[in-house]
Amino acid sequence: MNIMTEQSLENAVGDKMNAKSNEVIKMRGDKVGVFYGDKQALFDVNLDVRQNQVTALIGPSGCGKSTFLRCLNRMNDTIDSARVTGKITLDDEDIYDKNIDVVELRARVGMVFQKPNPFPKSIYENVAYGPRIHGLAKRKADMDQIVEQSLKKAAIWNEVKDRLQEPGTGLSGGQQQRLCIARAIAVSPEVILMDEPCSALDPIATARVEELIDELRQNYTIVIVTHSMQQAARVSQRTAMFHLGYLVEEGATDKMFTNPDDKRTQDYITGRFG
Amino acid sequence: MGEHTVASFDEDLEHISKLIRDMGDLARSMVGGSTRALLNSDNALAQRVVSDDAIMDARQRELDDRAITLIAKRQPMANDLRAVVGSIRMAGDLERIGDLAKNIAKRVGTVGLSITPRDLSHSIDAMAQLVLAQVQGVIEEYAASDAAALAKLRNDDERIDVKYTSVFRELLTYMMEDPRNITACTHLLFCAKNLERIGDHVTNIAENAYYVLTGQQLPANRPKLDETAMSAPAA
Repeated sequence: MNIMTEQSLENAVGDKMNAKSNEVIKMRGDKVGVFYGDKQALFDVNLDVRQNQVTALIGPSGCGKSTFLRCLNRMNDTIDSARVTGKITLDDEDIYDKNIDVVELRARVGMVFQKPNPFPKSIYENVAYGPRIHGLAKRKADMDQIVEQSLKKAAIWNEVKDRLQEPGTGLSGGQQQRLCIARAIAVSPEVILMDEPCSALDPIATARVEELIDELRQNYTIVIVTHSMQQAARVSQRTAMFHLGYLVEEGATDKMFTNPDDKRTQDYITGRFG
Repeated sequence: MGEHTVASFDEDLEHISKLIRDMGDLARSMVGGSTRALLNSDNALAQRVVSDDAIMDARQRELDDRAITLIAKRQPMANDLRAVVGSIRMAGDLERIGDLAKNIAKRVGTVGLSITPRDLSHSIDAMAQLVLAQVQGVIEEYAASDAAALAKLRNDDERIDVKYTSVFRELLTYMMEDPRNITACTHLLFCAKNLERIGDHVTNIAENAYYVLTGQQLPANRPKLDETAMSAPAA
C-alpha cells in the first residue's frame, strides 16, 4: 500500500516536472483543409499537438481524422488528387514550405499503419533500412546498436534477439506491429503518427502496444487515430473529436470521456451514432 | 438524449434507472412509515417497515449486479458512465436510508411500552416532516433532472441539522425534569439521530445526482450546523 502511494507520489512529482515540456507545442495545424479533387474532406482544422503527449484523434468513419493525421508528415502528397490548404508547422517551421525535404520530414515524423507491414526482409534489415538510407550509422557496430536499441524501445527485443536474420513477416501480428514501431523509432523521429495501430491485433498484443505507447511518450510526441474509445481514454492525454471533416472538440482526455462539452462528442463516445 | 445504436444498451440503462426509482420510492415509504409508526405507536406499521428493508437490500444487490454487468459489457462513457457509477453510489445511500428507517421502526415497540410518546415526540414530528420532504424532494428532482433544485436541496439539509440540535436539547430537558422519561427519551434521541443521518444520505444522493446530471462536483463545503456535537460529546 505504502509502495503504491510512494509510486503515485513519484508519478505526481514527475508529471509536475514534465508539465513544462508538455506545454510546448510540437506541431500546429492552422486552418488546415484537405481536398480530394473537388471534394473537400477537411475544413479549417486548428489543432495543436503537444510535445511528449499522446494526442488521440477520434470520430466516426470518414470524419477526416486519418486525413488530418496524414497531413502531419505529408503522406497526402502521395495521392495525386489531394490538395492541402492552411498551414502545418513542426517546431514553428512550415512543413509544406518549398524548402522542406519531405524525406527528412518523414524521418522526423514517423508513421505506423493500421496493418503491420514489415518489409519482406529479415527482422534486422527491417529496422536497419531507415538508418541506412538516412546515413545514421557509419559502422556495422553502430548499426547493430541502433537495431538493438530500437527493438528494445519497441519492447520486442527479448522475443526476437535470437532470430534477427529470420524474415519479419514470420512474426505474429502483434510482434510485426511492434517491429514496425521499432522501424519507425530507428530513425530517431520526434513525432510518431499511428493510424489505428491495434485494430488488427488481439487484446494481449493490443495491451503490449498500449503499454509501449505510454513508454514512448517520454521521448516522443505521439498522435494516434483510433476507433476504440477505451483505447483513446487509456493511452492519450489529449483527445480531438472529428465529425464530417470538422474538428468538433479538443481537450484533456479525462474530461472528454467523462464530461464532453459538445453533444456530437457525447453522442459518439456513448455509442449513440457512428 | 438520443438512443444508442445498440438498443439493448438503452434497455439496460433504463432498467438501472428504474431500480433507482423503485428504491427511492421504497425509501420514501419506509421513512414515512417508520416516523408515523413511532408517533402513533403503530407496531404493525413498524413491522412492515422492518420487513421492507429486506426488499430494499435485494433491490440494491440487483442494481449492483446489473451495473457491474453493464460496465463489463458496454464500457459506458461520459453521461452513461456517470449515470451507472452514480446509480451504484445512490443505491448505497438509499439502502442506508432503509436501514436507518428500519432502526427507527424497531424502537417503536420499546418507546411505546415505556411511556406515551406523543407528549415527548412532537418536535421529532416536525423534524421527521423535514426529512421526509428532503427524501421525497431528492427523488423527484433527480427524476426531473433538475440540477439547480438538487444543489439547493443539498444545502437545505442544514435545516434538519438545526432541528436535530433543538430536538436534542428538548429531549435533554425532559430527561432532567423527570428521570422516568430517560428510557423513552434515549430511544427518541436515537430516532432523531437516525433521522439526521437520513438527511445526510439525502445530501449524498443530491451530490451524486448533481454530478450525474452535470458532470460537475458541487463544492466540498456546505453549510453545516450541529451544535450538539459541541455541547454534548455523547450525542
